Amino acid sequence: MAKNINIKIDGITVSVPEGTTILEAARQLNIQIPTLCYHEDLCIAGNCRVCVVELKGARTLPASCAMPVSEGMDVLTNTLKVRTARKHIIELLLSEHNAQCTTCYKNGKCELQDLASEYKISNGETFIDLVPSKNYQIDSYSPSIIKDDSKCIRCQRCVRTCEELQHVSALGVAYKGDKMKISTFFENPMFEVVCTNCGQCVNRCPTGALIERNYIDQVWDAIYDENTHVVVQTAPAVRVALGEDLGIETGEIVTGKMVTALKRLGFNSVLDTDFTADLTIIEEGNELLTRLKRALVDKDPSVRLPMATSCSPGWIKFIEHTYPEYLDNLSTCKSPQQMFGALAKTYYAQKRKIDPAKIISVSIMPCTAKKFEADRPEMRSSGYKDVDFVLTTRELAVMIKQAGLDFGKLPESDFDSIMGQSTGAAVIFGATGGVMEAALRTAYEVVTGREVPFDDLNITPVRGMDGVREAAVTISGTKPEWSFLEGATLKTVVAHGLVNAKKVMDSVRDGKADYHFIEIMACPGGCLGGGGQPVPTNKEIREKRAKAIYQEDAGKPIRKSHENPEIIGIYAEFLKEPLGHKSHELLHTHYKARQRY
Amino acid sequence: MSYTQLKRVDLIFDTEATTKDILQTAWSKTNEQIVNELLESGLKGRGGAGFPTAMKWKFTSEQAEKERYVICNADEGEPGTFKDREILFKVPQKVFGGMAVCAKVIGATQGFVYLRGEYRFLLKELQKQLDDFHAILKALSINFNITIIMGSGAYICGEESALFESMEGKRGEPRNKPPYPTIAGFRSKPTVINNVETLVYAFMITKHGAKKFKDLGTADSRGSKVFSISGDTPKAGIYELELGMTVDQFVEEFGDGDTKAVQVGGASGFCVPRKKFKDTIIGFEGVPTGGSMMLFNSSRSMYNVLHNYLEFFEEESCGQCTPCRVGCQQLIKGIEAVKKGEKHAVYLDQLMKLSQTMKITAKCGLGQSVANSFSSIVDNFKEEMIY
Repeated sequence: MAKNINIKIDGITVSVPEGTTILEAARQLNIQIPTLCYHEDLCIAGNCRVCVVELKGARTLPASCAMPVSEGMDVLTNTLKVRTARKHIIELLLSEHNAQCTTCYKNGKCELQDLASEYKISNGETFIDLVPSKNYQIDSYSPSIIKDDSKCIRCQRCVRTCEELQHVSALGVAYKGDKMKISTFFENPMFEVVCTNCGQCVNRCPTGALIERNYIDQVWDAIYDENTHVVVQTAPAVRVALGEDLGIETGEIVTGKMVTALKRLGFNSVLDTDFTADLTIIEEGNELLTRLKRALVDKDPSVRLPMATSCSPGWIKFIEHTYPEYLDNLSTCKSPQQMFGALAKTYYAQKRKIDPAKIISVSIMPCTAKKFEADRPEMRSSGYKDVDFVLTTRELAVMIKQAGLDFGKLPESDFDSIMGQSTGAAVIFGATGGVMEAALRTAYEVVTGREVPFDDLNITPVRGMDGVREAAVTISGTKPEWSFLEGATLKTVVAHGLVNAKKVMDSVRDGKADYHFIEIMACPGGCLGGGGQPVPTNKEIREKRAKAIYQEDAGKPIRKSHENPEIIGIYAEFLKEPLGHKSHELLHTHYKARQRY
Repeated sequence: MSYTQLKRVDLIFDTEATTKDILQTAWSKTNEQIVNELLESGLKGRGGAGFPTAMKWKFTSEQAEKERYVICNADEGEPGTFKDREILFKVPQKVFGGMAVCAKVIGATQGFVYLRGEYRFLLKELQKQLDDFHAILKALSINFNITIIMGSGAYICGEESALFESMEGKRGEPRNKPPYPTIAGFRSKPTVINNVETLVYAFMITKHGAKKFKDLGTADSRGSKVFSISGDTPKAGIYELELGMTVDQFVEEFGDGDTKAVQVGGASGFCVPRKKFKDTIIGFEGVPTGGSMMLFNSSRSMYNVLHNYLEFFEEESCGQCTPCRVGCQQLIKGIEAVKKGEKHAVYLDQLMKLSQTMKITAKCGLGQSVANSFSSIVDNFKEEMIY
């Protein structure tokens, strides 16, 4: 037990554990201290200095985020000295910042703007505008992320995110003094460096320096074009977070309202990525079992185990750059988004008798990397671009507001059919461990004919927010054709956040682990913490979203992918069999080794 | 006015005793004796900040963590300072000796010299001297090793925590403090980091005892100090002088008869104008200095002097904290605008307030000290800023 320290903040006594910072102690007293570089998910930087406070007896004003409490401290957070200093600092940041707020994508969602408003910074007092002398650059080559240095306040949240959470370090600090900036390897565009497009930096950028590339206008154009048939798919994690951007409590599931909103926006058909999530489970589950069979029975040395999931495009780009020798360990299954895209312009087009050339396929994703994924040259197996436009959860919220819909008061409605039906197994794709759980529910039953031996199908060992979680399932009572698995223990591991992916891959590479199946999601918490989700994000918010996801699963009448009637239907009339010819053509893909530098 | 020469001292450069002798003297003493002598001597860090050396050593020796380091800060980058270069050139073994004594006190077996990137030309000879020194240690059965690490030319790496970052192979940026180096320095282990000159004084105090040092100087500024004297002076160079003189006495001896200002402590120090020469003591009770003394005569534009300093800071700020990175840019752009008449003279008052904010909110000593030269030059030479 850490010992407690007694301090005084604005005259109020508080006792907090040793190691607590002044900022944390003040928050306990509901005293708000402004911050910019501080982020709960990241290490302390202490570089913006906006959170300075007065400490009696000290010559300087310490940054409250970086100053641990010590016995008898007397802290003042709202003195003239403090206010003057903070105002100066905000003015300095504004002088370096391209403050064309009205035309900024983050207008109304900018932490610097909020502070400028709170401190009533007026034009007359501000310092000399440094922007004209700066030669700022906009990097807009990436299909996922736009980086505008003129909006950057050098708080380094993005740098810390990229390094600490993702172990990617695509972004770093370059130069010093007045030329100091956030940059990439050799200042190459984001598109050409190790960036995985995960968008975690976008989620944490306090200003408009890092934003998603938005396709809102293109989607409106498609909707208004009478010659097109616009289908939209929505990812599992969107429905548990969309509400946050539309005035609804965090953790509330808004599936029905979201479907209504999409219909009112004018999409011709509102479908569900959850359908292809179920399909992924069938294909990927069978792929895993086939690999096990080839390895154990056929003793085929070319079979690569462990098999790793391939749903997360951030993870895919990470492994392509960082562990290219393990590309054959990736499941060849496309992500649910891309399976959906390929089927929308084939199966769906045939069933609905629509010319696929006229279909515009839009997806709503919690993700910025999905934009890159949709642009990959492999993703045209329907003969067209399988997914035309990818919007983040945030972009959808913008469209809903633009359409003048009062989201909170919308009635609920159901997804259209076909490709709109899904199970609880698909919903949990949105949380870390969800793909693993869904796959086990199906694979175990395929092998044994019985349900997974967990209470109410809830495979709790793979749930939760620990970075790396291992789980083992022992298989017994196999059906005759799977008898080679009798008594075998299937070893699985789940990791989320690429820094944890690295841990898992390093242990595989170093021969320290003997996993059969690995689930990796690039973002903290899985897709529910994706780079396209509403801002802010922190552990508490992610946990609330996760709770909502498992709630949605528990409430679903069908909770195993292989029992989804539409899945049974698509195999009966179109795909014929898992891993069959059609599947390979439309639902599977290959990967590309990339250099780290 | 009578001409009296300032008192010369020869503790740093004297070579009457060998390194081996002094080391033997040191090893005949207990660690407690050494620390008490240092404490008694009143030695304060010679890099500029003036923290009592004995306390640094003592705090470090008291840490629970046993892996400890001693580091010699030879990243001499303050404009107008060049005395460490001379010390490293002339008496490197005394620097290493001071490190060895510190290592004995704190229980370190590894030391580092962080050598300024621009001093690479010293490296070859320094390494040779270090090899000789290691041979002496071996002969005395002392388990201590020193490694020289080259800096890469950033001023900020003279700031101790940025120096650690640089040594660890990272970008040279100051850390948040606390924790201080005595608790978590290099590799987050307890670390003593001392200036080159401080280590030599510590070594010599071990040899002579506290009295010889303590008898020199004033109550707040004991002993002597090596000064780097430059600018409008017929006697530019390096001098070891007793502390406690006024700027007036200093100018009397080193000025060219037309001195209008002395910049004490380099770009991050204070500018003392002629009218304040008499009342200003050079030392911790007046204006402290890491050794840099720049004299300016009436032919010099103090606007140009300040502009030069600000250009330096604007470039040498690491750029991480707002007050320093943007503040420096605003100060330089601000005085340019006033000089050109684009801003009214009262804008200088706003800049003065800004410099005060920088002084109390910047993350490290660099940003905090920009206000020293800024406010002392603008205050005393306002008309030169405007016209």
